[in-house]
Amino acid sequence: MERNVALIALFAALIAALGLIPQLVLPFGVPVTAQSLGVMLCGTVLGARRGALAVLLFLLLVALGLPLLAGGRGGLGVFAGPTVGFLVGFPMAAFTAGLIMERWRAVPVLWAAIAGSILGGIVVLYIPGIIGLALVAGMTLPAASAAMLPFIPGDLVKAGLTGVITAGLARARPDSLLSRR
Amino acid sequence: MIALTSPIETPWHRLPAGPKLALLCAVTLGLVLTGSLSVQLGALAAVAGLYLLPGRDFARAGLWALRPLIPFLVVIFLWHWFTETALQGAGIAARLLAAVGLANLVTMTTRLDDMIGVLRRVLAPLRRLGLRTGALEIAIAMVIRFIPVLAIKGRALTEAWRARAKGRPGWRVVAPFTLLAIDDAEHVAEALRARGGVPR
Repeated sequence: MERNVALIALFAALIAALGLIPQLVLPFGVPVTAQSLGVMLCGTVLGARRGALAVLLFLLLVALGLPLLAGGRGGLGVFAGPTVGFLVGFPMAAFTAGLIMERWRAVPVLWAAIAGSILGGIVVLYIPGIIGLALVAGMTLPAASAAMLPFIPGDLVKAGLTGVITAGLARARPDSLLSRR
Repeated sequence: MIALTSPIETPWHRLPAGPKLALLCAVTLGLVLTGSLSVQLGALAAVAGLYLLPGRDFARAGLWALRPLIPFLVVIFLWHWFTETALQGAGIAARLLAAVGLANLVTMTTRLDDMIGVLRRVLAPLRRLGLRTGALEIAIAMVIRFIPVLAIKGRALTEAWRARAKGRPGWRVVAPFTLLAIDDAEHVAEALRARGGVPR
């Protein structure tokens, strides 16, 4: 119990701390916020349940009024804004990534984490994201989906990075990957 | 950690947090359900009034918080202009601005302790069902405490990187950073157990 609470709290803090880092520029010149890397790492490292809970805790603190989202945003306003669907999707994305890590034990960590991040961080995350944008902006679903297309290449790179980082953690400290225990 | 609460005292600060949040929910729901242009524009005017009443400085702080919304508002307005009418675009942009503005206003005028107080009251029924809300409360406190701790450790990692290599530290610091968080969690868990565990 104590260990789970501490891990969930520390990973919620990790997502916030990664949001303080200025945008990373990836090898291909794609700018990404380290924050969404943090969300995916919650899933791949902590596993489905704990990972999703860590993301939920992070979102709760944002809602309570702390400026923890990348760029210093936060408060209740972000839950009324056009990106609300992505906030709703964050815990689902972490859960999916964690579930893939837990289920695909035969698959090497690198590939399971990449697959989990693509499925969680793109497929599962974009569904509520697109619905949210369509509702808030009064757009049709196809138009809202089209508006998201430019972000997919960056998210694929991010999924690759999540895989490399997770595999690095597994190598440096094998028992740190709770999703595989 | 500095919350988004405005240091400028306004009459809205004195309203109790619970009813303020309930009102926000009701108004936001109403805005989502309405398609009437006059209601949308009227809501925006009313929210602007709520910001202007406490004074110019407060209104300016409120506008600053709405800055990230600008690109979205432009795109939404243009999209509706091209597919339907400019008027409709203005209505939907006004609705979005009013909803986010009102939510920001509640955040700006409600202290963190009061927000946590509302959360505790909302969770009280779950407590009776046997859920351990103490775990959530201690987790909230831990996150608030550990964000600055992790931020300092992250900065140290970045500086160590700069001392060894040229260029900006990229994603490579994320893995050791995550390990630091895991280590901290293990220590905190041990300390919690030594002090009697997670409260009920």
